[in-house]
Amino acid sequence: MMKLQVTVIFVALAAFLVLSSVYIVDEREQVVITQFGKPVGEAKKEPNLYFKIPFIQQANVFPKNLLEWDGDPGQIPTKDKTYLWVDTFARWRIIDPLKYFQTVNNERNAQARLDDIIDPAVRNFVTSHPLIETVRKTNRKLDTFEAGVEDEDKENQPKSHLGNVLVGREKIAQGILEQAKPKLFDFGIELVDVQIKRINYVENVRKSVYGRMIAERKQIAEKFRSEGMGEAQKIEGEREKMLKEITSEAYRKAQEVMGKADATAADIYATAYSKDPEFYSFVKTLEIYSQAIDENSSLVISTDSDFFKYVKGYK
Amino acid sequence: MPDNYGRNGDGLEPIQIEEVLLNIKNKFNKNKASILFLVPLALVALWLMTCVYTVDVEEMGVVQRFGKYNRTTPSGLNFKLPVGIEKVTNVASKHVYKEEFGLRTLKAGTRTQYAPGKAFLGESLMLTGDLNVAVVPWIVQYRIKDERLFLFEVRDVRQTLRDLAESTMRLVVGDRSINEVISKREEIAVQARLLLQDELDKSQTGLHVVTIEMKKTNVPEPVQASFNEVNQAVQEKEQMIYEAREQYNKVIPKAKGSAEKTLSSAEGYALDRINRAKGDTARFLSLYNEYKRAKDITKRRLYLETMRDLLPKMGRKFIVDEDQKNFLPLLNMGGQGKGVAQ
Repeated sequence: MMKLQVTVIFVALAAFLVLSSVYIVDEREQVVITQFGKPVGEAKKEPNLYFKIPFIQQANVFPKNLLEWDGDPGQIPTKDKTYLWVDTFARWRIIDPLKYFQTVNNERNAQARLDDIIDPAVRNFVTSHPLIETVRKTNRKLDTFEAGVEDEDKENQPKSHLGNVLVGREKIAQGILEQAKPKLFDFGIELVDVQIKRINYVENVRKSVYGRMIAERKQIAEKFRSEGMGEAQKIEGEREKMLKEITSEAYRKAQEVMGKADATAADIYATAYSKDPEFYSFVKTLEIYSQAIDENSSLVISTDSDFFKYVKGYK
Repeated sequence: MPDNYGRNGDGLEPIQIEEVLLNIKNKFNKNKASILFLVPLALVALWLMTCVYTVDVEEMGVVQRFGKYNRTTPSGLNFKLPVGIEKVTNVASKHVYKEEFGLRTLKAGTRTQYAPGKAFLGESLMLTGDLNVAVVPWIVQYRIKDERLFLFEVRDVRQTLRDLAESTMRLVVGDRSINEVISKREEIAVQARLLLQDELDKSQTGLHVVTIEMKKTNVPEPVQASFNEVNQAVQEKEQMIYEAREQYNKVIPKAKGSAEKTLSSAEGYALDRINRAKGDTARFLSLYNEYKRAKDITKRRLYLETMRDLLPKMGRKFIVDEDQKNFLPLLNMGGQGKGVAQ
């Protein structure tokens, strides 16, 4: 009876001993073995089953995968003195767990170190560039006016207050990374990337920006209105011109046609009447007599006229 | 590591283990020695039972042996080495996940309700390339394309996705004007998706962006009125142009018609003129031909005929002898003559 109990206890003890001398390193983990708080040997980075001396040696587990860092959003003035609210984030990993263990020991300390190093770098870069560089990525031409409305003066538009993008946000983020990265190697930390998550105007700047946006829109609206008026005037002018053109052309054509007809008629008359102008004038005069003379006309005629010559007698 | 995406599938649930232990306890309560003997046996049996595990339909099982990645198993009943040697994590890789930015769905359904936008303005408020402020809410739908990367490479995949989605969207919007942000949402969604996928691949999240859906992009509330004014101005412009065209259309076709009329009547005049000329001359020529044959007599006849018609039509006629020289005082000319006639 006693013997059995002893055996069981012994087996349990042995199992416990084995279990505490064995440890598993996960894919996501890396382990530093310490002996009375002092690191022993290389860090275990490969996932596998490992052995250690039970009780004396201790396994300190650190994450191996990509870790996050979220910057404390703060106000930063740009080079052109606009106050911005910038929120950054970064991703990092522990590449030298031994150094990491010795210098920062735990993640809370590590995050504090990251704060100390990345925040000033962000500040440096944002303050040393104009706002436009932090906002834009490329110098791509923007469509600043309403889409679908052609703008004749597009080429003549002033280059606007925006200015040219020489660096761009990606390069600024890259610059921040390059500045911060070497400083973190001392802590066994590799900074993988730093990015600007959010960027915005601070509250009171935002109000004035809204004011500017409203003014800008108003000006665009005014432009549309005056464009409309201009277009309408153009059509009106066109209308007047067209009207004059149509009527005057009709007049001209009519005069031409009538003139030609007059000429033709004159020609016809001339050809016919020139055969005997004397006879023509005789006939025509007679015709006119009969048209011109009515009952109001008085005739004083001498008896030596052709018509009344017989009144005085027959010769 | 139990989290949102998978669950620890070590085979047996804790309740079952307790039940089994209880059974054993009851059965062998009488003999304490046998308990001591049987407990380890039972433990071994339990240990072996962890060899069996199930993977749900939309999941994949990722098996690690001594912490090291070993294999990925499909859904269904699967076997592995017992706990302590092999470990399985189920990852719901066929499921499509959704992250919302600048809005939150309160109740999904035919009429989805969204939480009031103000609270998430921080996520959706962004600077445009022309340094204006836009409100851009959007949704990212994604799934897990590589279970191994998803599990092992990044600690907080969801947060990484959210951070990257925000930064890439701002990168895209930051390169566009406020007009483009409002009117070209499709284009922005496409580019943001490409950029986000690129970033996700670079940081080995094992995620695949299914789609980025832009919600209604707008300008901040205080500015909205002025944007509407622009739209209104566009309408006004159109209206003015249409009205001018209306006037044009009212006048021009009519003028064209009256021009044709002028021309036609001129042509009428021409025809009239020429025909009359032809008529006149034809008549003259016919007469002339006759006249040519007997010049004197025709002339006399014409003269006399005219006189015959003419004389009766005349009012007063004075026939004066050729020897009478000064006869004018005798005449009562003009109106007086008329008076006499009365």
